[in-house]
Amino acid sequence: MPKIIVEIMPKQDLLDPQGKAVANALHRAGNKEISAVRIGKRIELHFDREITEADLDEAKAQAANFLSNDVIEDVVAVTKED
Amino acid sequence: MKIGVITFPGTLDDRDAQRAIRLAGGTPVPLWHADQDLKKVDAVVLPGGFSYGDYLRCGAIAAQAPATKEVIKLAGQGLPVLGICNGFQVLVESHLLPGGLIRNEHQHFVCRDQKLRVENNTTAWTNLFEKDEEILIPLKNGEGGYIAEPETLKMLEGENRIAFRYLETNPNGSMNDIAGLTNERGNVVGLMPHPEHAVEPGFGPDTPVAMRSGVDGLRFFASVLQQVVNA
Repeated sequence: MPKIIVEIMPKQDLLDPQGKAVANALHRAGNKEISAVRIGKRIELHFDREITEADLDEAKAQAANFLSNDVIEDVVAVTKED
Repeated sequence: MKIGVITFPGTLDDRDAQRAIRLAGGTPVPLWHADQDLKKVDAVVLPGGFSYGDYLRCGAIAAQAPATKEVIKLAGQGLPVLGICNGFQVLVESHLLPGGLIRNEHQHFVCRDQKLRVENNTTAWTNLFEKDEEILIPLKNGEGGYIAEPETLKMLEGENRIAFRYLETNPNGSMNDIAGLTNERGNVVGLMPHPEHAVEPGFGPDTPVAMRSGVDGLRFFASVLQQVVNA
């Protein structure tokens, strides 16, 4: 199924309590080499037809304005997948 | 004097806000998120709760609702708008107020009677307070930590846009102890604490005078009624 994938991460300088808790659990499981964990979002936009450049541009605009909040998050990637 | 209260899916405090408006002498008008018609109200309250289950980000989906789109448009023309808690988050997500609200610094939900200082008493919703008056308003939130870019904070401080500051304790890690903001024009105000929970003796926060006697929240609603009458 054609889809556009939007990846969003919390800004680097913001505390990510979820990532920290997961990192602690990984350490307890013996993964001492993992220095940090950060958790973001992957949002899939599904289409029932081929995705156009206009769809991708619209997705990028929505990623910046609605799907993320630039005060607290960064849009890492907006990509097309067939 | 008609003050609209918008109900979104997941709103909790719409009835309390309506009651507060009635106690202040206004006529509350229930408004529905999917309805673009704001029924010619003189002011709007975006109440507290968990609109859309806080999906995506707190207030993000409510900011896209037809009723909110109309609020954004009319706020630009001077309509008084008060956002309480989740309503504050909606105002921030609507870009009517700058910055963002994130999970409380200590990671816990907080519920307490919170002392605030009124920093700006010239807004539509604060004109019956004294400048620097200390008031007591219940606070209950999980994602109330206010953050903004350093330049934004500087602008807010410089332009007297911080409406309320937390006093004695900062309950959620908000930058510069910010509890509430106003826009440049003073018609839009958003805050994390809940003024609608401090409007009637017997049901408000405890004060040195008596238990549950705090009614400082009533003047938010009385302020806007006076403002609208004078307009």
